[in-house]
Amino acid sequence: MAEARLGELGGDAGRRQSIEPPIRAEFEVRVDDAGHVGDVARPLTTWEKIQNVTFLRRAAILVALALIWQLYATYLNNPLMLPTFWSMAKALVASLTADDLLLKAWVSISTLFKGYVIGIVIAMVLTSLAVSTRLGNDLLSTLTSMFNPLPAIALLPIAMLWFGLGEASLIFVLIHAVLWPLALNTHSGFMAVSETLRMAGRNYGLSGVRYVVHILIPAAFPSILAGLKIAWAFAWRTLIAAELVFGASSGSGGLGWYIFQNRNELLIDKVFAGLAMVIIIGLLIENVVFRWIEARTVQKWGMQRQ
Amino acid sequence: MAAQTTLERPSAAAAAPAAPLLEVAGVTLQYKTKEHLVTATYRVSFEVFGADRFVLLGPSGCGKSTLLKGVAGFMSPVEGVMRLGGREITAPGPDRMMVFQEFDQLPPWKTVKENVMFPLRVTGKYGRREAEERALAYLDKVNLTKFVDAHPHMLSGGMKQRVAIARAMAMEPTILLMDEPFASLDALTRRKMQEELLRLWDDIRFTVLFVTHSIEEAMIVGTRILVLSPHPGQVKAELNTHDFDHRTVGGTAFQQTQQRIHDMLFADRIEEEEAAGHG
Repeated sequence: MAEARLGELGGDAGRRQSIEPPIRAEFEVRVDDAGHVGDVARPLTTWEKIQNVTFLRRAAILVALALIWQLYATYLNNPLMLPTFWSMAKALVASLTADDLLLKAWVSISTLFKGYVIGIVIAMVLTSLAVSTRLGNDLLSTLTSMFNPLPAIALLPIAMLWFGLGEASLIFVLIHAVLWPLALNTHSGFMAVSETLRMAGRNYGLSGVRYVVHILIPAAFPSILAGLKIAWAFAWRTLIAAELVFGASSGSGGLGWYIFQNRNELLIDKVFAGLAMVIIIGLLIENVVFRWIEARTVQKWGMQRQ
Repeated sequence: MAAQTTLERPSAAAAAPAAPLLEVAGVTLQYKTKEHLVTATYRVSFEVFGADRFVLLGPSGCGKSTLLKGVAGFMSPVEGVMRLGGREITAPGPDRMMVFQEFDQLPPWKTVKENVMFPLRVTGKYGRREAEERALAYLDKVNLTKFVDAHPHMLSGGMKQRVAIARAMAMEPTILLMDEPFASLDALTRRKMQEELLRLWDDIRFTVLFVTHSIEEAMIVGTRILVLSPHPGQVKAELNTHDFDHRTVGGTAFQQTQQRIHDMLFADRIEEEEAAGHG
């Protein structure tokens, strides 16, 4: 029947019916040397190895960007609007000694650290509740969709009203900046843990907090790490912005305050030096701290490619 | 064809020795999907005795994996009861260590050795030193001594399953549960793993409840086979297959039994097709 139908179709389908694959002679050959490819495993050349060092490749990008900046600023020749890279670098070095820029950076970072840690703890509690009870799940979903889109800086006026002009207000907005993105990532990481791994964990008799600590958190670690990175970036930008608004508490301001002050005095190269400090710290945290964690966890475990 | 087989259950436990280790009595298991309440097994009963290699065999949809999950304690029956060593099964526990089909059953953040040590430590059964010694001993039994410090992502599928088996056996569970453990492996590796499992059984004489959909595997691995029919899973027969192993594959007796089980499993389908033909 099928034949008849194919025949009716005519054309190609009908003609193809009668085609047989041609029968060819068998052969066996000796395998040659791989010739010009050389050894199967050849050591990489020095140049190839250098290209494989992530740090060097990225440093090259930074150098290129600095060069473009320098050339454009020289061409523009307006130090009030855009100082050259070189004058910024000089101001940065001078500020390190004259204006205690490192101390100011430390004030910012230590405040950030407090908010970051408290935010992580609350996020872990919330997500643990969310995976163990349905009410917790609904609570987290609702809270996250309410507060995640709300910019942390928008809470600053209320924070100042409640906690006054001090570190407490900053920590409050920092917790808000850290909590929601981290909770969202952690929760989606928990949800993505495979059913088999969950059953394996419960098979050992694990339940409650022990189940979360021994199974869910390590299994969801790639998502948690992504959440920690996002939370860090949110916290850092929130902190600098908040410091720009009210800056100094008890005489020692952070980086945001330093930027704000120098803009008021039209010391634009110092403003750029402050911004550069913000960027440098961001680069260091991302490329040193988080890279270090990644290499020792998710990459070693084969959960993320190297 | 059906006339050849004994349709009635053997009366009482005439030949059965002592008390069964695992007792499954009239168990109906149901689970919910988004739209349906699925009855996976209907009034299934069987008994597993010490050192049995008891196989649950059936086509997909016969609820054999669900049954194993029930025994593991991941779901409770809506009807009937399951007892292990006389005690009713209510929750998952390490006295019923499970080996899954999926390769991702091993936590990737632990090395091979840590994976085997994990349940030993986390159940508080052994101290660190003892757990390590046991882990290494069992990893040696499955020929993985060279890979104790590797992470699971560096291992092949067969090696991962061997880690899972070592992990389960190191716990010395009352009964070992295996859910199609070799189904994701290539044919050569599967055969090797079956041989290794039988060798381990000769060595340790554990009790295992083994789920498979392969008649051949059931006959090689099992001493006794519970044949289940699909939709919902019901007991069709219980057969003795302790005489068969890799050496008897292809022999007349082997082929006859294989054919008999095959007919048993696919009789339904023929009836269905006939019904559809007449309808």
